[in-house]
This record gives sequence, structure tokens and C-alpha cells, in this order.
Amino acid sequence: MIDKQVASLAEAVAGIRDGATILCGGFGAVGSPDALFEALLAQGARDLIAVSNNAGSGRRGLAALIAARRVRRVICSYPRTTDPVVFEEEYRAGRIELELVPQGTLSERMRCAAAGLGGFWSPVGVGTRLAEGKELRTIDGKEYVLEMPLKGDVAFIRADKADRWGNLTYRKSARNFNPVMAMAADLTVVQLREVVPLGELDPEVVATPGIFVDRMVVAGDLT
Amino acid sequence: MSDFTPLTRRQIAWRAAQDVADGAYVNLGIGIPTLVADYVPQGREIVFHSENGILGVGPAPAPGEEDPDLINAGKALVTLLPGGAYFTHSDAFLMIRGGHLDLALLGGFEVSETGDLANWTTDDPNMSPGVGGAMDLASGARSVRVLMQHTTAKGGPRLRRYCRYPLTAPRAVSRVYTDLAVVDIGPAGFIVQEIVAGLDLAGLQARTEAELTAAPELGVLSAPDLG
Repeated sequence: MIDKQVASLAEAVAGIRDGATILCGGFGAVGSPDALFEALLAQGARDLIAVSNNAGSGRRGLAALIAARRVRRVICSYPRTTDPVVFEEEYRAGRIELELVPQGTLSERMRCAAAGLGGFWSPVGVGTRLAEGKELRTIDGKEYVLEMPLKGDVAFIRADKADRWGNLTYRKSARNFNPVMAMAADLTVVQLREVVPLGELDPEVVATPGIFVDRMVVAGDLT
Repeated sequence: MSDFTPLTRRQIAWRAAQDVADGAYVNLGIGIPTLVADYVPQGREIVFHSENGILGVGPAPAPGEEDPDLINAGKALVTLLPGGAYFTHSDAFLMIRGGHLDLALLGGFEVSETGDLANWTTDDPNMSPGVGGAMDLASGARSVRVLMQHTTAKGGPRLRRYCRYPLTAPRAVSRVYTDLAVVDIGPAGFIVQEIVAGLDLAGLQARTEAELTAAPELGVLSAPDLG
């Protein structure tokens, strides 16, 4: 029998190693699996690479991991989001590395890894600082830059509902990076609002098929 | 010195909104462009796109109607219009990069006479840099128009021969709406379409680094009093 639900947040993050690359779902605070970040804080993994659109809001979730200096490097498009106090402090002090990636390139690099592709030629960034040092090619008269796949050791995903096979639905704009990140990691861990019986999710609305999901745990908003 | 009144931020947004075609799929950048949604002319159906995965973005929710899972790319709470749709982030940028988006209205620090746009960093050492979706939008949307003040707070020009700040995308911008003028970018550089009443081409040129050419039918830039 397939049942991807685990009993606790601690079990959900068990075995994640030092140095792991973590794909962090969410856009700002929306769709961010904050309970998983805090469980990883308790688990103790360090020297992490966080791939995220932003670099944490306030002092919870990813920001809590950064504040505890567990994150060595952030790969993101826009570190400054609502209340980016922790990242800014660490960045100014030179205690955290930043790799800036155009936002669409960030998700496409992960989609590329998920799809088993070796990279892609993007028009975005050509002629700017963010393409410096990268391979260029002219295709049909237009210039492109080579972008490489970006794979996670782990993805932390926030979904709305799931069945025990790991089929996921999302709510409104909380979908954002979650489906592409769920596909692009060796270990995909999901924070859920609710598990429903197998067969109850409308197959037409499943946004992440269970093949991409390894572990899931029901957890609400942090209070 | 002639006597003229620059447009307010809301009036710049109003002016840009008049040029958005019925049926257009449009992304609004942060800052003045966000205000464009308030001034879509009656009778035009325009679909607003948001980078986090929304088409059909509606206005801010009424008090009590807020949904914490429904925000726009600026992280402000929004609503979804009837006909709107949610999709994954990589599809939101496929739409941008693949030329499916008719128009991006963006903020800017500087625009060059060849249409180069600088709007993502001033290299301020006091904060971390962030690019967000700026490069994707500037290089991918079918039409890119910029809304910004004509000069910096200190009066320095923002319409320049070359951008001094790091580029977001080269040869991207086709039109600029400022508080003083509407300026197109053509093969030979900046072409002034409209100027606020009381300011002439020489006066506008004094506030612009690159050379300006007047359009054959130079118009007056005006907007209603929007409070």
C-alpha cells in the first residue's frame, strides 16, 4: 500500500544532510511551508543552499533558518520581500552568499532539471550583468544565454489537499513555485492542510501528481 | 522659465492606461504602473497578468473579503475577476518569455535612446540587489513601455544616450510616459509625441540628456484632475 503521509514534522525532515540544496516553495510568505523550515531548524542540518523566490519574511520559516546561520547560500530572484530583516542583516555582514537569478529563469532551470534536460537557451539576461561569463548563441538572429538545470536534494512544498498517493492541489496564488519545485528534487516533502481519502480529489484539479511526492505531513500556519 | 505643471504619478498612470487596447494581456510592474489598473477606460476588457501565476487580477479586496492565499507579484492582497485563472510559476514566465503577453508597463530608473532599460539596481551598497521578473518582462513582452519621472529627484536626466545604471534589457522599450512628456523610441532615437502645456521642446530637451526629435504632430500631454 502506498501512503506518503508521515506521522510528524520531525519524520518529514529526517535524514536531510548538511550541505543539502533545498528548493523552497512559496512567493513571499504565500505558499511557504514554514512548519517544515522550523522542523529542519530543530533537526539541525546546516551549510544549506536555499533556492527560493525571496529570502524569507519576518523571522519565521526560511528566515528562521537563515537567522540561525544554517544557510550558506541563497539562490533567488528577489531577496527583499515583505520584512526581509534577517537576510539583509546577514547579507550586509557578509555571512551569507547570494546568487541572483531572473525570476523566470529560476523556475525554468528547475523545470529543466525535472524534465531531465541539460540546460536551455534563454533570451533573458542577454546584454546584462547576469549573463556575464555565460555561453551565448545566436539562433535565428536572436541572442540567447545558456542556463543550466537546477536540481534540489530536497523540495519543501506547501499544498492544500492531498490523498495518500501524494496527489496535490493548491489554493489560488499559493500554487506559485510549488509544482515546479515538487518535480525537481530527489526528496519532495509536503506540508499540507488536509489529507482526503483516495479517489476523493477530482483528477482534473490535481496540480502535482503523486509520482513527484515522497513525504507529506499535515501542518497549519505557524502561530 | 515657462510655467507648466508636471503630471502626478496617478496622471502618468492614467495617460498610459488610455493606450492599452481592448482585449490586451498586460503585466503591471511595481510603482507607478500598478496604478494603471485604476484607470482602464470604460468598455475595454483588459486581462492583468501576475508573475506568481494569475491571469485576470482584480482590484484590492473589500475589507473582510481578503484571502491570504491571493496576492499579486508586489505581495499585495488582490482579487480574481470572473474568467481569471491560476497556474504554476513556470507557466507565468513561459507566457512572458514566449511573447504571449501583449504589453508590460514597467517602472524605470533610466531609458536610453536605443530603448535600453535600467530598472533593477542602482548598486546601492546599503541593500542586497534583487532582479525579480524585471529582465524576463523587459526582454519577453511583445511591447514594453516605461512609466517614470522625467528627471531624478535632483533634476538629473533619466532619458539618456546610454544608461549609467546596470541594464535590465537592451533595446526593449518602445514608449516612455513621464510627468512631462510621452516619448517614443524609434530607429533614430527619442521622438516626442506629447509635452505638458507650458513647456516647449527646448524646455524638455534641457531636462533630457539624449537628443529629442518632435513628432510631426506634437500633442499636448494632459490628464484629468485625479486628486
